[in-house]
Amino acid sequence: MLGWLPENISTFAQGVDGLFRLIYWITVVVFVLVIGTLIIFLIKYRHRAGHRAEYIEGSTKLEIIWTAVTTVIVFGLAMLSFPQWNNLKSPAENPDYVVQVRGEQFNWYMIYPGPDNELGTEDDLELENELYVPVNKVVQILLTSKDVIHSFFIPNLRQKQDALPNRTIDTLKFRAIKTGRYEIPCAELCGFGHSGMLGYLIVQTQEEYDAWVAEQWPE
Amino acid sequence: MQENENMSHEHDNDEHHDHAHDDNDTIEHTHEHDDDEHHAHAHHEEGFIRKYIFSLDHKMIGKQFLIYGLIMLFVGGGLALLFRWQLAYPETPELEGGKPAKAAKPLPIIGPSQKYIDDGEVVTRADKMWERIFDSDKAEFLEVNMPSGFIEPHFYNMLFTMHATIMVFFVVVPILVGAFGNFLIPLMIGTRDMAFPVLNMLSFWLAVLAAVVMAAGFFVPGGHASAGWTGYAPLSVDPQWTGVNWGLNLWAISLLIQGFSSLVGSINYITTIINMRAPGMTWLRLPLVIWSLFIVAILLLLAFPVLSSALALLIFDRLAGTTFFTSTAEGGGSALLWQHLFWFFGHPEVYILILPGMGIASELVAVFSRKPIFGYRSMVYAMIAIAFLGWVVWGHHMFQSGMRPGMGAFFMTTTMLIAVPSAIKTFNWLGTMFRGSIRFTTPMLHAIAFVSMFVIGGLSGIYMANTPVDVYIHDTYYIVAHIHYVVFGGSLFAIFGGIIFWFPKMYGRYMNDTLSKIHFWLTFIAFNCTFFPMHILGVGGHMRRISNPMQYEYLQTFEGMNLFITMSAFTLGFVQLILVFNFVWSIYRGKVAEKNPWNVNTLEWEAPTPVPHGNFAQIPNVYRGPYEYSVPGEESDFIPQAQPEHAPASAGD
Repeated sequence: MLGWLPENISTFAQGVDGLFRLIYWITVVVFVLVIGTLIIFLIKYRHRAGHRAEYIEGSTKLEIIWTAVTTVIVFGLAMLSFPQWNNLKSPAENPDYVVQVRGEQFNWYMIYPGPDNELGTEDDLELENELYVPVNKVVQILLTSKDVIHSFFIPNLRQKQDALPNRTIDTLKFRAIKTGRYEIPCAELCGFGHSGMLGYLIVQTQEEYDAWVAEQWPE
Repeated sequence: MQENENMSHEHDNDEHHDHAHDDNDTIEHTHEHDDDEHHAHAHHEEGFIRKYIFSLDHKMIGKQFLIYGLIMLFVGGGLALLFRWQLAYPETPELEGGKPAKAAKPLPIIGPSQKYIDDGEVVTRADKMWERIFDSDKAEFLEVNMPSGFIEPHFYNMLFTMHATIMVFFVVVPILVGAFGNFLIPLMIGTRDMAFPVLNMLSFWLAVLAAVVMAAGFFVPGGHASAGWTGYAPLSVDPQWTGVNWGLNLWAISLLIQGFSSLVGSINYITTIINMRAPGMTWLRLPLVIWSLFIVAILLLLAFPVLSSALALLIFDRLAGTTFFTSTAEGGGSALLWQHLFWFFGHPEVYILILPGMGIASELVAVFSRKPIFGYRSMVYAMIAIAFLGWVVWGHHMFQSGMRPGMGAFFMTTTMLIAVPSAIKTFNWLGTMFRGSIRFTTPMLHAIAFVSMFVIGGLSGIYMANTPVDVYIHDTYYIVAHIHYVVFGGSLFAIFGGIIFWFPKMYGRYMNDTLSKIHFWLTFIAFNCTFFPMHILGVGGHMRRISNPMQYEYLQTFEGMNLFITMSAFTLGFVQLILVFNFVWSIYRGKVAEKNPWNVNTLEWEAPTPVPHGNFAQIPNVYRGPYEYSVPGEESDFIPQAQPEHAPASAGD
């Protein structure tokens, strides 16, 4: 089933697939054990003439065992998840690039700060549905929305974050490790154009990116 | 106080007027009720309207809720089939490196012919209908939403919004809580009726009113609510974002009315279970299904007012210009406030949808394994734990919402903890079957399906509880698969099993077993074919609530899978007609049932069949727990709760 996951091109989310795989195997094993036991019981203890059920009211020992085992497993999983969660949802320290992204029915607007590295100045560049980034660099996204809630979803980066009107969220960041063109759908219902609200992440080599920058902001 | 009351009941039991009713009279002084009282034992003839329409009898109200829920099940299911068609045959746009472009396929039967689409020539009857609609200026509803039989994005949003709203609020809760709660509570605790029969009737008719208001939304200009059943603000707040005006107002008003209905019902259930149990029916002798309904009534009582207040604020925002859920740069409310309020209600609501299913499954598993419930007490504690944890996990719906990430860590832990009571319940069901003597009756098949589907639904929940993994699968088909495994695979299988199991007591006849078995197997297979592949869609990153996956390059590989899901969904939908036919046919033509056809211990089977007004000729005394099956040394493999101690071993009817 995990073969259906889109290619992972993020350094921040490498651990996510590992966790996914771990939970997958835990649940598969539990499923096989439980359903296997169920099927064995159904066959073995089916009604047969002259055979009577055994009067068993329960077992405190067993109750304690399966309560304790389940508790240990879920706490273990939670412990393993905290660092990953932290890694995914904490603001980037010293990002290489910062881009503001604004969701607006039904497009993504990418706002580059320009040579002065400051948003809200005259040399800002606003692109519709195209996010250009260089490979292997930490990019921080300042996410906001103009109207309703949208959700910025990049499947290949395993990243998703809702965009809220009148709020800027700074926890979204990534480092893409493979060049190419990737889709950025909107994952939160945002109106009749929700289906088809789609941007593109274009990961370029540093040289290509620098050339692109030079083209956008000619001296 | 409870104990004293039970004691006094035991002494007074032989009196014609037992205490349960005297107590009741001091609370309720309606004419109708006094009437019931005096005629409890006589054959009191009521008029048609009193008996079938404005009935005060809990059994009739239960049946009313059941039929109401089944009708709404077909409405909600029909909406799902409409949008499944769109997902199977959407338009394929020209994409860079994608599949070749392809036009969408119009709906069958009501869609127009290819000839009409291509050159406007009227060929079929459907073409004629569309021609008429386009010519008229009044029919803006269909023209706006379904131009010549294609499902447009706006209409699609409306369809899934109403599918979920109807299934959650008008099908599962009315059947589980309204139908089973009403029918079973007085019978299983051994009393003559609910504490407040008039409130009970009010609860049903408020639900009908809510359904009428909800249905009206389909016919207002702009169409019905289309902001999802979760109605996230600000999409739901301002008509400019969706184009929906009165549709969403009616949606909110209808849910407010439904909230009152649930509130009135839950007060009734809680009062009845606390005060009107038969003598000897201590808390730990209550059947698990009654425990589940009791816990659910408390959840409803506490959760629904939160939704009601959120809806009231939403209506103010929409109609009175307040800004609870919207903001401007200067200030105002918060979009996240709606999510907090909604999910603070919404998560307990999810447990309202599943707990009675667990209760029903527990009854069925014990009865048909001919064994006591394994770990009765821990089953009760597990349900209480689930109900309690339900209040502290709402944030797990909001991991990507912009809520502070630190809160995510807290909600992840509490959510994962729910695995513990869920596991306890599952293992106890297995324990109940262990060394049993399992009868594969149709209700038991449904109970087994419930347990196994609940295992899948529970395990898939762990993925989403886990915050890092949830970042990816949040708002994808993974959650759609999960909710359907819990609410369809869980609750609906329990509902089907429960209907077949209690049908003989409700209508005095059996449902046809061959038809029930065919219905079960087809449903079980079609259900899994419909919903299991959705896990794979979710892993592939397929968003929910999109009307056309073919617009995305990376989702184009799922075209075949979506088609397969739609085929299965149509099968699943049509198979339910077997159930309806069987249900209606059996009411009139089914094999007449004896008093206790499944050899069950609980009190409802002590009442005569069909159950008369007032239920019992004499309020039964309860001598033991509900699951005394296969007791060593007894000749019979069951000892009814009402059978006195040291009775001759030839127990039975």
